[in-house]
Amino acid sequence: MKAYSRVAAMICALLAVGVGLLWSPGSANAAAEGKITGTVKLDGAAPHMKGIDMSKDPYCVKQHENSPAHLENVVVGPGGGLQNVVLYISEGLSAAEASSTPSQVPVFDQKNCMYTPHVLAMDVNQKFKVVTSDQTTHNIHPLPDPLAGNIPWNKSQPPGAPAIETSWKAEEVAIPVKCNIHPWMHGYFVVVKGPYAVTDEKGSYTIENVPPGNYTVTAWQEEYGKQTAKVTVAAGKPGSADFTFKAK
Amino acid sequence: MRRLISNASLVLTAVAVLALGSLSWAQVTKAEEDQRLNMESHIGQLTGHAMAAKGSYRRYCLGCHGELGDGEGENAQWIDPKPRNFTLGIFKCRSTTTGTLPLDSDIYNTIGRGIDSSNMPSWNPLSAQQRADLVAYVKHFSARFVTEKPGTPIEIPKEPELTADRLKTGQEVFQRVECWKCHGPSGRGNGPSAATLTDDQNRPIVPYDFHDGTRFKCGTTDEDLYRIFMTGLDGTPMPSWSDNIKPDEAWDLVFYLRSLQPMKSKEKELARQIGLKPGAPSAAAAPAPQQ
Repeated sequence: MKAYSRVAAMICALLAVGVGLLWSPGSANAAAEGKITGTVKLDGAAPHMKGIDMSKDPYCVKQHENSPAHLENVVVGPGGGLQNVVLYISEGLSAAEASSTPSQVPVFDQKNCMYTPHVLAMDVNQKFKVVTSDQTTHNIHPLPDPLAGNIPWNKSQPPGAPAIETSWKAEEVAIPVKCNIHPWMHGYFVVVKGPYAVTDEKGSYTIENVPPGNYTVTAWQEEYGKQTAKVTVAAGKPGSADFTFKAK
Repeated sequence: MRRLISNASLVLTAVAVLALGSLSWAQVTKAEEDQRLNMESHIGQLTGHAMAAKGSYRRYCLGCHGELGDGEGENAQWIDPKPRNFTLGIFKCRSTTTGTLPLDSDIYNTIGRGIDSSNMPSWNPLSAQQRADLVAYVKHFSARFVTEKPGTPIEIPKEPELTADRLKTGQEVFQRVECWKCHGPSGRGNGPSAATLTDDQNRPIVPYDFHDGTRFKCGTTDEDLYRIFMTGLDGTPMPSWSDNIKPDEAWDLVFYLRSLQPMKSKEKELARQIGLKPGAPSAAAAPAPQQ
Protein backbone atom coordinates (compact mmCIF):
# COMPACT_ATOMS: atom_id res chain seq x y z
CA MET A 1 0.00 0.00 0.00
CA LYS A 2 2.75 2.37 1.06
CA ALA A 3 4.72 1.58 -2.08
CA TYR A 4 1.64 2.21 -4.20
CA SER A 5 1.09 5.70 -2.79
CA ARG A 6 4.76 6.50 -3.28
CA VAL A 7 4.53 5.57 -6.95
CA ALA A 8 1.36 7.65 -7.29
CA ALA A 9 3.10 10.63 -5.70
CA MET A 10 5.99 10.23 -8.10
CA ILE A 11 3.69 10.13 -11.11
CA CYS A 12 1.94 13.25 -9.84
CA ALA A 13 5.27 15.01 -9.44
CA LEU A 14 6.37 14.01 -12.94
CA LEU A 15 3.07 15.24 -14.36
CA ALA A 16 3.48 18.53 -12.56
CA VAL A 17 6.96 18.97 -14.02
CA GLY A 18 5.66 18.04 -17.48
CA VAL A 19 2.81 20.56 -17.29
CA GLY A 20 5.28 23.16 -16.04
CA LEU A 21 7.52 22.55 -19.04
CA LEU A 22 4.58 22.84 -21.44
CA TRP A 23 3.58 26.12 -19.87
CA SER A 24 6.96 27.76 -19.92
CA PRO A 25 6.65 29.19 -23.49
CA GLY A 26 3.56 30.99 -22.22
CA SER A 27 5.52 32.74 -19.50
CA ALA A 28 8.05 33.92 -22.11
CA ASN A 29 5.21 35.68 -23.95
CA ALA A 30 4.14 37.41 -20.77
CA ALA A 31 7.74 38.63 -20.36
CA ALA A 32 7.15 41.70 -22.48
CA GLU A 33 4.67 43.04 -19.95
CA GLY A 34 6.58 42.60 -16.72
CA LYS A 35 9.14 45.10 -15.47
CA ILE A 36 11.00 46.26 -12.39
CA THR A 37 11.31 49.94 -11.63
CA GLY A 38 12.84 52.03 -8.89
CA THR A 39 15.27 54.71 -7.89
CA VAL A 40 18.85 54.62 -6.63
CA LYS A 41 19.91 57.40 -4.26
CA LEU A 42 22.99 58.50 -2.43
CA ASP A 43 22.62 59.08 1.29
CA GLY A 44 24.94 61.88 2.39
CA ALA A 45 26.96 64.58 0.69
CA ALA A 46 28.09 63.80 -2.84
CA PRO A 47 31.88 63.34 -2.85
CA HIS A 48 33.90 65.99 -4.65
CA MET A 49 34.69 64.92 -8.20
CA LYS A 50 38.08 66.26 -9.17
CA GLY A 51 38.45 68.34 -12.28
CA ILE A 52 40.47 66.72 -15.08
CA ASP A 53 43.68 68.25 -16.38
CA MET A 54 43.67 67.48 -20.10
CA SER A 55 46.69 69.62 -20.95
CA LYS A 56 48.48 66.58 -22.44
CA ASP A 57 46.21 66.94 -25.44
CA PRO A 58 45.25 70.44 -26.68
CA TYR A 59 42.37 68.94 -28.69
CA CYS A 60 40.78 67.63 -25.48
CA VAL A 61 41.32 70.95 -23.68
CA LYS A 62 39.56 72.75 -26.52
CA GLN A 63 36.49 70.52 -26.29
CA HIS A 64 36.03 71.53 -22.65
CA GLU A 65 36.68 75.27 -22.95
CA ASN A 66 33.16 76.08 -21.77
CA SER A 67 32.36 72.98 -19.74
CA PRO A 68 35.17 71.84 -17.46
CA ALA A 69 35.48 68.05 -17.27
CA HIS A 70 35.22 66.19 -13.98
CA LEU A 71 35.74 62.59 -12.93
CA GLU A 72 32.53 60.56 -13.12
CA ASN A 73 33.03 57.91 -10.42
CA VAL A 74 29.99 59.20 -8.49
CA VAL A 75 27.45 61.27 -10.45
CA VAL A 76 24.65 62.61 -8.25
CA GLY A 77 21.62 64.31 -9.78
CA PRO A 78 18.78 66.39 -8.32
CA GLY A 79 17.32 64.90 -5.13
CA GLY A 80 20.32 62.65 -4.56
CA GLY A 81 19.63 60.38 -7.55
CA LEU A 82 22.68 58.30 -8.38
CA GLN A 83 23.49 57.98 -12.09
CA ASN A 84 25.32 55.13 -13.86
CA VAL A 85 24.20 52.41 -11.43
CA VAL A 86 23.66 49.08 -13.17
CA LEU A 87 20.61 47.04 -12.11
CA TYR A 88 20.32 43.41 -13.07
CA ILE A 89 18.61 40.21 -11.97
CA SER A 90 21.09 38.08 -10.09
CA GLU A 91 18.68 35.31 -9.03
CA GLY A 92 15.36 33.93 -10.16
CA LEU A 93 15.65 33.91 -13.96
CA SER A 94 15.09 30.61 -15.76
CA ALA A 95 18.03 29.30 -17.76
CA ALA A 96 16.29 30.24 -21.01
CA GLU A 97 15.58 33.79 -19.84
CA ALA A 98 19.12 34.25 -18.59
CA SER A 99 20.70 33.03 -21.81
CA SER A 100 18.55 34.92 -24.33
CA THR A 101 20.47 37.79 -25.96
CA PRO A 102 18.91 41.13 -26.94
CA SER A 103 19.38 42.28 -30.52
CA GLN A 104 19.95 45.99 -29.74
CA VAL A 105 23.58 47.08 -30.11
CA PRO A 106 24.64 49.45 -27.30
CA VAL A 107 27.22 52.06 -28.26
CA PHE A 108 30.25 53.23 -26.27
CA ASP A 109 31.46 56.53 -27.66
CA GLN A 110 34.76 58.34 -27.14
CA LYS A 111 33.55 61.92 -27.17
CA ASN A 112 35.39 65.04 -26.03
CA CYS A 113 38.04 62.73 -24.55
CA MET A 114 35.51 61.15 -22.20
CA TYR A 115 33.54 57.90 -22.37
CA THR A 116 29.85 58.29 -23.22
CA PRO A 117 28.25 56.60 -21.42
CA HIS A 118 30.68 56.24 -18.54
CA VAL A 119 29.19 52.81 -17.76
CA LEU A 120 27.87 50.56 -20.53
CA ALA A 121 25.78 47.56 -19.50
CA MET A 122 25.17 44.61 -21.80
CA ASP A 123 24.12 40.99 -21.88
CA VAL A 124 26.53 38.09 -22.28
CA ASN A 125 27.17 37.64 -26.04
CA GLN A 126 25.24 40.83 -26.86
CA LYS A 127 26.94 42.76 -29.67
CA PHE A 128 28.12 46.25 -28.73
CA LYS A 129 30.02 48.96 -30.58
CA VAL A 130 32.95 51.15 -29.65
CA VAL A 131 33.04 54.32 -31.75
CA THR A 132 34.99 57.57 -31.67
CA SER A 133 33.61 61.07 -32.26
CA ASP A 134 36.97 62.68 -31.51
CA GLN A 135 39.60 64.18 -33.80
CA THR A 136 42.39 62.75 -31.67
CA THR A 137 43.73 59.21 -31.43
CA HIS A 138 42.45 56.96 -28.64
CA ASN A 139 43.32 53.44 -27.68
CA ILE A 140 40.54 51.39 -26.18
CA HIS A 141 41.81 48.91 -23.64
CA PRO A 142 39.29 46.79 -21.67
CA LEU A 143 40.83 44.87 -18.78
CA PRO A 144 38.65 41.88 -17.85
CA ASP A 145 39.97 38.96 -15.79
CA PRO A 146 41.29 36.55 -18.44
CA LEU A 147 40.80 33.58 -16.09
CA ALA A 148 37.08 34.36 -15.68
CA GLY A 149 36.36 33.93 -19.38
CA ASN A 150 36.73 37.38 -20.98
CA ILE A 151 40.06 38.22 -22.59
CA PRO A 152 41.64 41.70 -22.48
CA TRP A 153 42.42 43.42 -25.79
CA ASN A 154 43.84 46.76 -26.86
CA LYS A 155 42.94 48.51 -30.11
CA SER A 156 43.67 51.91 -31.55
CA GLN A 157 41.02 54.32 -32.86
CA PRO A 158 42.52 57.30 -34.69
CA PRO A 159 40.10 60.01 -35.98
CA GLY A 160 37.57 58.57 -38.41
CA ALA A 161 38.39 54.96 -37.46
CA PRO A 162 35.66 52.41 -38.11
CA ALA A 163 33.57 51.15 -35.19
CA ILE A 164 34.78 48.12 -33.28
CA GLU A 165 31.93 45.64 -32.98
CA THR A 166 32.38 42.83 -30.50
CA SER A 167 30.87 41.10 -27.45
CA TRP A 168 31.86 39.48 -24.14
CA LYS A 169 31.35 35.79 -23.63
CA ALA A 170 31.13 35.63 -19.81
CA GLU A 171 29.28 37.46 -17.06
CA GLU A 172 31.58 40.03 -15.39
CA VAL A 173 30.66 42.92 -13.07
CA ALA A 174 32.58 44.96 -14.03
CA ILE A 175 35.27 45.26 -16.72
CA PRO A 176 37.38 48.43 -16.40
CA VAL A 177 38.10 50.20 -19.69
CA LYS A 178 40.88 52.69 -20.19
CA CYS A 179 42.68 54.79 -22.75
CA ASN A 180 46.44 54.72 -22.13
CA ILE A 181 46.97 57.84 -24.24
CA HIS A 182 44.51 59.86 -22.11
CA PRO A 183 44.96 58.39 -18.63
CA TRP A 184 41.92 60.16 -17.18
CA MET A 185 39.63 58.23 -19.53
CA HIS A 186 38.20 55.44 -17.43
CA GLY A 187 34.88 53.65 -17.70
CA TYR A 188 33.25 50.24 -17.30
CA PHE A 189 31.60 47.50 -19.31
CA VAL A 190 29.13 45.61 -17.12
CA VAL A 191 28.30 42.19 -18.54
CA VAL A 192 25.27 40.45 -17.01
CA LYS A 193 22.92 37.59 -17.80
CA GLY A 194 19.34 38.57 -18.66
CA PRO A 195 17.52 41.92 -18.55
CA TYR A 196 19.32 44.95 -17.11
CA ALA A 197 19.02 48.72 -16.74
CA VAL A 198 21.27 51.68 -15.93
CA THR A 199 20.06 54.62 -13.83
CA ASP A 200 19.53 58.01 -15.50
CA GLU A 201 20.51 61.42 -14.09
CA LYS A 202 17.59 61.25 -11.61
CA GLY A 203 18.70 57.82 -10.41
CA SER A 204 15.63 56.08 -11.84
CA TYR A 205 15.62 52.87 -13.79
CA THR A 206 13.30 50.38 -15.46
CA ILE A 207 14.28 46.79 -16.20
CA GLU A 208 12.01 45.74 -19.08
CA ASN A 209 10.97 42.28 -20.22
CA VAL A 210 10.83 40.60 -16.83
CA PRO A 211 8.39 37.66 -16.67
CA PRO A 212 6.28 37.31 -13.49
CA GLY A 213 8.23 35.70 -10.68
CA ASN A 214 10.35 36.25 -7.59
CA TYR A 215 13.77 37.76 -8.14
CA THR A 216 16.86 39.14 -6.50
CA VAL A 217 17.85 42.43 -8.09
CA THR A 218 21.45 43.62 -7.71
CA ALA A 219 22.50 47.25 -7.97
CA TRP A 220 26.17 47.88 -8.79
CA GLN A 221 27.97 51.20 -8.44
CA GLU A 222 31.68 51.48 -9.21
CA GLU A 223 32.67 53.17 -5.91
CA TYR A 224 30.09 51.71 -3.53
CA GLY A 225 29.86 48.15 -4.77
CA LYS A 226 26.75 45.96 -4.76
CA GLN A 227 23.39 45.89 -2.98
CA THR A 228 20.58 43.41 -3.46
CA ALA A 229 16.80 43.45 -2.97
CA LYS A 230 14.04 40.85 -3.30
CA VAL A 231 11.41 41.79 -5.86
CA THR A 232 8.16 40.14 -6.97
CA VAL A 233 6.80 40.75 -10.44
CA ALA A 234 3.17 39.72 -10.98
CA ALA A 235 1.20 39.67 -14.24
CA GLY A 236 0.25 43.26 -15.02
CA LYS A 237 1.92 44.53 -11.87
CA PRO A 238 5.52 45.75 -12.14
CA GLY A 239 7.95 44.98 -9.35
CA SER A 240 9.68 47.80 -7.54
CA ALA A 241 12.97 48.18 -5.70
CA ASP A 242 14.66 51.33 -4.42
CA PHE A 243 18.30 51.37 -3.32
CA THR A 244 20.28 53.78 -1.17
CA PHE A 245 24.06 53.82 -1.12
CA LYS A 246 25.77 55.54 1.80
CA ALA A 247 28.30 58.21 0.90
CA LYS A 248 31.75 57.25 2.16
CA MET B 1 50.90 30.85 33.70
CA ARG B 2 47.76 29.15 32.50
CA ARG B 3 46.90 32.29 30.60
CA LEU B 4 50.28 32.22 28.91
CA ILE B 5 49.74 28.63 27.80
CA SER B 6 46.27 29.36 26.45
CA ASN B 7 47.63 32.35 24.54
CA ALA B 8 50.41 30.25 23.12
CA SER B 9 48.00 27.53 22.05
CA LEU B 10 45.79 30.13 20.41
CA VAL B 11 48.72 31.41 18.40
CA LEU B 12 49.76 27.86 17.51
CA THR B 13 46.24 27.03 16.33
CA ALA B 14 46.14 30.16 14.23
CA VAL B 15 49.49 29.30 12.67
CA ALA B 16 48.34 25.75 11.99
CA VAL B 17 45.10 26.93 10.39
CA LEU B 18 46.97 29.40 8.22
CA ALA B 19 49.57 26.83 7.22
CA LEU B 20 46.92 24.21 6.37
CA GLY B 21 44.89 26.77 4.46
CA SER B 22 47.75 27.84 2.26
CA LEU B 23 48.86 24.25 1.80
CA SER B 24 45.46 23.11 0.55
CA TRP B 25 45.19 26.11 -1.79
CA ALA B 26 48.59 25.35 -3.25
CA GLN B 27 47.61 21.70 -3.67
CA VAL B 28 44.40 22.51 -5.51
CA THR B 29 46.24 24.80 -7.88
CA LYS B 30 48.98 22.21 -8.32
CA ALA B 31 46.43 19.46 -8.99
CA GLU B 32 44.67 21.44 -11.72
CA GLU B 33 48.00 22.28 -13.21
CA ASP B 34 49.26 18.70 -13.07
CA GLN B 35 46.30 17.64 -15.21
CA ARG B 36 47.64 19.93 -17.88
CA LEU B 37 51.10 18.36 -17.81
CA ASN B 38 50.20 16.36 -20.93
CA MET B 39 50.31 19.69 -22.85
CA GLU B 40 52.18 19.59 -26.15
CA SER B 41 53.69 22.20 -28.42
CA HIS B 42 54.18 21.98 -32.17
CA ILE B 43 56.85 24.05 -33.86
CA GLY B 44 57.55 22.94 -37.42
CA GLN B 45 58.74 19.33 -37.17
CA LEU B 46 59.27 19.57 -33.42
CA THR B 47 56.84 18.32 -30.81
CA GLY B 48 57.42 19.56 -27.28
CA HIS B 49 56.15 17.81 -24.15
CA ALA B 50 55.47 19.73 -20.94
CA MET B 51 56.37 16.73 -18.80
CA ALA B 52 59.85 16.64 -20.34
CA ALA B 53 60.52 20.29 -19.40
CA LYS B 54 59.94 19.90 -15.64
CA GLY B 55 63.65 19.78 -14.94
CA SER B 56 64.76 22.57 -17.25
CA TYR B 57 61.95 24.86 -16.07
CA ARG B 58 63.04 24.28 -12.48
CA ARG B 59 66.64 24.94 -13.39
CA TYR B 60 66.37 27.92 -15.78
CA CYS B 61 62.97 29.61 -15.37
CA LEU B 62 61.57 29.07 -11.89
CA GLY B 63 63.78 31.65 -10.19
CA CYS B 64 61.92 34.48 -11.92
CA HIS B 65 58.67 33.02 -13.26
CA GLY B 66 57.94 31.03 -10.08
CA GLU B 67 56.88 27.48 -9.37
CA LEU B 68 53.27 28.21 -10.34
CA GLY B 69 54.28 30.22 -13.41
CA ASP B 70 52.66 33.32 -11.94
CA GLY B 71 55.75 35.50 -12.32
CA GLU B 72 56.32 35.50 -8.55
CA GLY B 73 59.67 33.71 -8.41
CA GLU B 74 62.07 34.73 -5.67
CA ASN B 75 64.00 37.04 -8.02
CA ALA B 76 60.88 38.81 -9.27
CA GLN B 77 60.98 41.54 -6.64
CA TRP B 78 64.36 42.75 -7.93
CA ILE B 79 63.40 42.77 -11.58
CA ASP B 80 61.84 45.45 -13.78
CA PRO B 81 60.14 44.79 -16.22
CA LYS B 82 58.52 42.04 -14.12
CA PRO B 83 58.67 38.39 -15.24
CA ARG B 84 55.65 37.24 -17.26
CA ASN B 85 52.71 35.69 -15.38
CA PHE B 86 52.02 32.63 -17.55
CA THR B 87 48.70 31.78 -15.87
CA LEU B 88 46.92 34.65 -17.68
CA GLY B 89 47.93 33.49 -21.15
CA ILE B 90 48.68 37.09 -22.18
CA PHE B 91 51.85 37.61 -24.23
CA LYS B 92 53.53 40.70 -25.70
CA CYS B 93 55.16 39.00 -28.66
CA ARG B 94 52.53 37.41 -30.88
CA SER B 95 51.89 37.00 -34.57
CA THR B 96 48.16 36.73 -33.71
CA THR B 97 45.56 39.48 -33.26
CA THR B 98 45.12 41.34 -29.97
CA GLY B 99 43.16 39.44 -27.29
CA THR B 100 44.09 36.00 -28.64
CA LEU B 101 46.57 33.32 -27.64
CA PRO B 102 49.95 33.28 -29.41
CA LEU B 103 51.12 30.50 -31.69
CA ASP B 104 53.50 27.93 -30.20
CA SER B 105 56.16 29.33 -32.53
CA ASP B 106 55.67 32.83 -31.04
CA ILE B 107 56.54 31.55 -27.55
CA TYR B 108 59.35 29.44 -29.02
CA ASN B 109 60.84 32.50 -30.73
CA THR B 110 60.64 34.56 -27.53
CA ILE B 111 62.44 31.88 -25.53
CA GLY B 112 65.18 31.67 -28.15
CA ARG B 113 65.54 35.40 -28.70
CA GLY B 114 65.15 36.59 -25.13
CA ILE B 115 63.65 39.99 -24.43
CA ASP B 116 65.94 42.93 -24.91
CA SER B 117 66.11 45.60 -22.19
CA SER B 118 64.77 43.09 -19.65
CA ASN B 119 66.19 40.29 -17.51
CA MET B 120 65.04 37.61 -19.96
CA PRO B 121 68.13 36.26 -21.70
CA SER B 122 68.29 34.30 -24.93
CA TRP B 123 67.87 30.57 -24.28
CA ASN B 124 69.35 29.52 -27.60
CA PRO B 125 72.11 27.59 -25.75
CA LEU B 126 69.40 25.02 -24.90
CA SER B 127 68.60 22.49 -27.61
CA ALA B 128 65.66 23.09 -29.94
CA GLN B 129 63.90 20.12 -28.33
CA GLN B 130 64.41 21.55 -24.83
CA ARG B 131 62.98 24.89 -25.95
CA ALA B 132 59.97 23.19 -27.58
CA ASP B 133 59.38 21.27 -24.34
CA LEU B 134 59.56 24.56 -22.42
CA VAL B 135 56.93 26.07 -24.72
CA ALA B 136 54.57 23.25 -23.72
CA TYR B 137 55.47 23.79 -20.07
CA VAL B 138 54.81 27.54 -20.29
CA LYS B 139 51.40 26.78 -21.86
CA HIS B 140 50.45 24.25 -19.17
CA PHE B 141 50.31 27.04 -16.57
CA SER B 142 47.22 28.59 -18.18
CA ALA B 143 43.87 26.83 -18.49
CA ARG B 144 43.28 29.07 -21.51
CA PHE B 145 45.51 26.84 -23.62
CA VAL B 146 43.07 23.98 -22.95
CA THR B 147 39.85 25.88 -23.67
CA GLU B 148 40.96 28.28 -26.43
CA LYS B 149 42.69 27.97 -29.77
CA PRO B 150 45.49 30.35 -30.74
CA GLY B 151 44.44 33.41 -32.76
CA THR B 152 44.85 33.82 -36.50
CA PRO B 153 48.27 35.20 -37.43
CA ILE B 154 48.13 38.52 -39.27
CA GLU B 155 49.19 38.41 -42.89
CA ILE B 156 52.40 40.20 -43.79
CA PRO B 157 52.78 40.98 -47.49
CA LYS B 158 56.25 40.85 -49.03
CA GLU B 159 58.41 43.85 -48.19
CA PRO B 160 58.18 46.37 -51.05
CA GLU B 161 61.07 48.33 -52.54
CA LEU B 162 62.10 51.37 -50.52
CA THR B 163 61.35 54.66 -52.26
CA ALA B 164 61.45 58.31 -51.20
CA ASP B 165 57.67 58.46 -51.53
CA ARG B 166 57.23 55.51 -49.22
CA LEU B 167 59.50 57.07 -46.64
CA LYS B 168 57.49 60.31 -46.74
CA THR B 169 54.19 58.44 -46.54
CA GLY B 170 55.57 56.57 -43.54
CA GLN B 171 56.13 59.87 -41.78
CA GLU B 172 52.59 60.96 -42.64
CA VAL B 173 51.20 57.75 -41.16
CA PHE B 174 53.29 58.31 -38.00
CA GLN B 175 51.70 61.75 -37.66
CA ARG B 176 48.18 60.83 -38.77
CA VAL B 177 47.62 57.94 -36.38
CA GLU B 178 49.57 59.84 -33.71
CA CYS B 179 52.33 57.40 -32.79
CA TRP B 180 53.98 60.53 -31.34
CA LYS B 181 51.43 60.76 -28.51
CA CYS B 182 53.59 58.20 -26.69
CA HIS B 183 56.73 57.71 -28.81
CA GLY B 184 57.38 61.44 -29.19
CA PRO B 185 57.38 63.73 -32.25
CA SER B 186 60.80 62.45 -33.32
CA GLY B 187 60.45 58.95 -31.86
CA ARG B 188 62.45 59.54 -28.70
CA GLY B 189 59.84 57.97 -26.43
CA ASN B 190 58.97 61.35 -24.96
CA GLY B 191 55.45 62.04 -26.25
CA PRO B 192 52.90 63.93 -24.13
CA SER B 193 51.35 60.68 -22.85
CA ALA B 194 54.67 58.90 -22.19
CA ALA B 195 55.02 59.80 -18.51
CA THR B 196 51.69 58.34 -17.36
CA LEU B 197 51.73 55.00 -19.18
CA THR B 198 51.06 51.89 -17.12
CA ASP B 199 50.82 48.21 -18.01
CA ASP B 200 47.79 45.98 -17.30
CA GLN B 201 48.97 45.52 -13.69
CA ASN B 202 49.14 49.29 -13.29
CA ARG B 203 52.94 49.35 -13.16
CA PRO B 204 54.74 52.22 -14.89
CA ILE B 205 56.05 51.39 -18.36
CA VAL B 206 57.96 53.46 -20.93
CA PRO B 207 57.37 53.68 -24.68
CA TYR B 208 60.18 52.57 -27.02
CA ASP B 209 62.81 55.19 -27.88
CA PHE B 210 63.78 54.70 -31.54
CA HIS B 211 67.00 56.68 -31.08
CA ASP B 212 68.62 54.65 -28.29
CA GLY B 213 69.77 51.81 -30.53
CA THR B 214 68.34 48.97 -28.42
CA ARG B 215 66.70 46.04 -30.14
CA PHE B 216 62.90 45.76 -30.26
CA LYS B 217 61.51 43.40 -27.61
CA CYS B 218 59.77 41.17 -30.15
CA GLY B 219 62.39 40.69 -32.84
CA THR B 220 64.79 42.74 -34.95
CA THR B 221 63.75 42.22 -38.58
CA ASP B 222 61.56 44.53 -40.69
CA GLU B 223 58.83 41.89 -40.53
CA ASP B 224 59.09 41.82 -36.74
CA LEU B 225 58.66 45.60 -36.63
CA TYR B 226 55.62 45.35 -38.94
CA ARG B 227 54.14 42.67 -36.69
CA ILE B 228 54.82 44.57 -33.46
CA PHE B 229 52.67 47.58 -34.27
CA MET B 230 50.01 45.70 -36.24
CA THR B 231 49.26 43.11 -33.48
CA GLY B 232 50.09 45.39 -30.54
CA LEU B 233 51.86 44.22 -27.40
CA ASP B 234 49.15 42.71 -25.18
CA GLY B 235 49.47 43.55 -21.50
CA THR B 236 51.03 46.93 -22.35
CA PRO B 237 49.61 50.29 -23.54
CA MET B 238 50.70 49.52 -27.14
CA PRO B 239 47.45 48.88 -29.04
CA SER B 240 46.88 46.89 -32.21
CA TRP B 241 46.87 49.00 -35.39
CA SER B 242 45.78 46.36 -37.89
CA ASP B 243 42.27 47.86 -38.13
CA ASN B 244 43.56 51.32 -38.96
CA ILE B 245 46.79 51.00 -40.92
CA LYS B 246 46.60 49.32 -44.34
CA PRO B 247 49.28 46.72 -45.17
CA ASP B 248 50.91 48.99 -47.75
CA GLU B 249 51.03 51.95 -45.35
CA ALA B 250 52.35 49.64 -42.65
CA TRP B 251 55.45 48.98 -44.75
CA ASP B 252 55.87 52.74 -45.29
CA LEU B 253 55.75 53.17 -41.52
CA VAL B 254 58.36 50.44 -41.08
CA PHE B 255 60.69 52.35 -43.43
CA TYR B 256 60.14 55.61 -41.59
CA LEU B 257 60.73 54.04 -38.15
CA ARG B 258 63.96 52.49 -39.44
CA SER B 259 65.15 55.96 -40.50
CA LEU B 260 64.80 57.14 -36.88
CA GLN B 261 67.13 54.47 -35.50
CA PRO B 262 70.82 55.33 -35.05
CA MET B 263 72.10 52.27 -36.93
CA LYS B 264 73.28 52.59 -40.54
CA SER B 265 70.43 51.59 -42.83
CA LYS B 266 69.20 52.20 -46.36
CA GLU B 267 66.23 54.06 -44.87
CA LYS B 268 68.44 56.37 -42.80
CA GLU B 269 70.64 57.09 -45.81
CA LEU B 270 67.64 57.88 -48.03
CA ALA B 271 66.07 60.12 -45.36
CA ARG B 272 69.36 62.07 -45.23
CA GLN B 273 69.45 62.38 -49.03
CA ILE B 274 65.91 63.75 -49.33
CA GLY B 275 66.26 65.89 -46.21
CA LEU B 276 63.42 64.17 -44.31
CA LYS B 277 63.58 65.31 -40.71
CA PRO B 278 61.58 63.92 -37.87
CA GLY B 279 59.74 66.79 -36.29
CA ALA B 280 56.84 67.98 -34.26
CA PRO B 281 53.50 67.31 -35.89
CA SER B 282 52.74 70.40 -37.94
CA ALA B 283 49.31 71.99 -38.19
CA ALA B 284 49.11 70.58 -41.72
CA ALA B 285 49.76 67.06 -40.50
CA ALA B 286 47.17 67.28 -37.76
CA PRO B 287 43.82 65.88 -38.88
CA ALA B 288 41.41 68.46 -40.24
CA PRO B 289 38.18 68.60 -38.26
CA GLN B 290 35.45 66.67 -40.05
CA GLN B 291 32.00 68.19 -39.95
